[in-house]
Amino acid sequence: MIRFESVSKSYVGATRPALNDVSLEIGKGEFVFLVGASGSGKSSLLRLVLKEEKPTKGQIFVLGQKLSALPSRKVPYFRRSLGVVFQDFRLLPNKSVYDNVAFTLQVIGKSRGFIQEAVPDALKTVGLAGKANRMPHELSGGEQQRVAIARAVVNKPAILLADEPTGNLDPVTSQGIMALLERINLGGTTVIMATHEAGIVDRMQRRVVELMTGHIVRDERVGGYVTQAVPTIDIDEARA
Amino acid sequence: MRLGLVLGEAFNGLRRNASMVVSVVLVTFISLTFVGVAILLQTQIQSMKSYWYDRSQVAIYFCSSVDETGNCVQAAATDEEIAAVQAQLQAEPLVTYVERTEYLSPQQVYDTTRELYADNPIANFLTPDLLGGIIRVTLYDPSDADVVVESISGFAGVQSVEDQRAYLEPIFALLGAASAAAIGVAVLMLVAAVLLIATTIRLSAFSRRRELGIMRLVGASNRFIETPFVLEGVFASLIGSLMAGGAVIAIVQFFVTGTLADAVGGSALLVGVSDAVAVAPILVGIGVVLAALSASIAIRRYLKV
Repeated sequence: MIRFESVSKSYVGATRPALNDVSLEIGKGEFVFLVGASGSGKSSLLRLVLKEEKPTKGQIFVLGQKLSALPSRKVPYFRRSLGVVFQDFRLLPNKSVYDNVAFTLQVIGKSRGFIQEAVPDALKTVGLAGKANRMPHELSGGEQQRVAIARAVVNKPAILLADEPTGNLDPVTSQGIMALLERINLGGTTVIMATHEAGIVDRMQRRVVELMTGHIVRDERVGGYVTQAVPTIDIDEARA
Repeated sequence: MRLGLVLGEAFNGLRRNASMVVSVVLVTFISLTFVGVAILLQTQIQSMKSYWYDRSQVAIYFCSSVDETGNCVQAAATDEEIAAVQAQLQAEPLVTYVERTEYLSPQQVYDTTRELYADNPIANFLTPDLLGGIIRVTLYDPSDADVVVESISGFAGVQSVEDQRAYLEPIFALLGAASAAAIGVAVLMLVAAVLLIATTIRLSAFSRRRELGIMRLVGASNRFIETPFVLEGVFASLIGSLMAGGAVIAIVQFFVTGTLADAVGGSALLVGVSDAVAVAPILVGIGVVLAALSASIAIRRYLKV
């Protein structure tokens, strides 16, 4: 589904690469946590999957597509099979909940009939069926993130990328969001979530990929935020 | 559905940027009016040139009994001298340039002059022997006049050879300068219009960067993102260019066929409303194409994936 082959990413002017020789394979239907300190490369990895950035070295394959071979005019069509959720929700403040979700489908040219079916469906999935006509500022943070998730999944993407989706939410609300992501994952969508929150990772007991200064230092099938196992590579060497 | 959405986005952009849009409309209006005036001036110059050059000739003036200038020695040109000039005009190489010639005898020149200056008392003192004969030469190409002037000037009995086109040159030089000035102003204004459209579109895109970011994220095609902005620029400049077309037609209608035609007596030689009507679509075309180009270049930065 997603495969990184010795991928490195250096930003211009940075002293060390954001990602350094990362190889990773994520299968269909997996739920993967990306953990690591700020600046460890989590967001860079997600941006590379979206083809918002080009890798400096190595190859990335997503949904059977070699991203380096994807012409930039086809990138929009490629992104339609990915859903993205951010820490800061990124809703359109002047559109209602319904319109925010419908906007996604409008801009990719879906028919009015399809939109009228799919949007209420997505809102029901995230538990906001009764709030379709509210404006974003009338909602709590948790509800806004549910709108953002509804927007990300309304087009039934194969992969859902979540960059610290609970970063702005209290623990109880976060739990609700995690339950929602779990349900979406059970529907067959691959979910990749970058997070700092140890509690969530420990409770879910899913695959955990830990990044440190651009290296993958841990990749456990089932794990917590802090590993009980021996690191796969020497941490001192990774820092160097 | 999709078309409605695109048009809606374009309309929203126009509404939010109303003052910038008004300035785009005004700048395109002024610049294209100058373009239109420049085109009409060129048309005017061309039509006057072809009219006058057709009629202008090289005139060969022969000596009269009182002339001392040129090759004259106070004796009227003899028939032999006149015949020699005519023979030269009909021989190689001049015959290839000369379309036809017409000889006016001193008596004919006298009659024409009396007719032209009938009201002038001084004309009463004129007698035929004070005047020389004239050969009027019509050329296939008026710009070949120099050849005739050079080869005939030295003949005995010839007072002078004049290229009458020379009388018209200052008028055309003036009109040409006016036309060049109009083109210069038009180009400067068009540059300003293009930059202003680009700035307006960038501003519009900046105020909608949230939407643009989300559109790119969910996979809206570049064309879908770009079209509302291009339409926005094209719409503003379309209004400006329609106004410019109207202004050019109005200028011709009221100024040229009205005031100017009265002043010069008759409008046969002047550009007419039909010329202005033909220029208007050119202005609209220029306006729309420039706006579409500058808007799509301006928006390109927001389309990078």
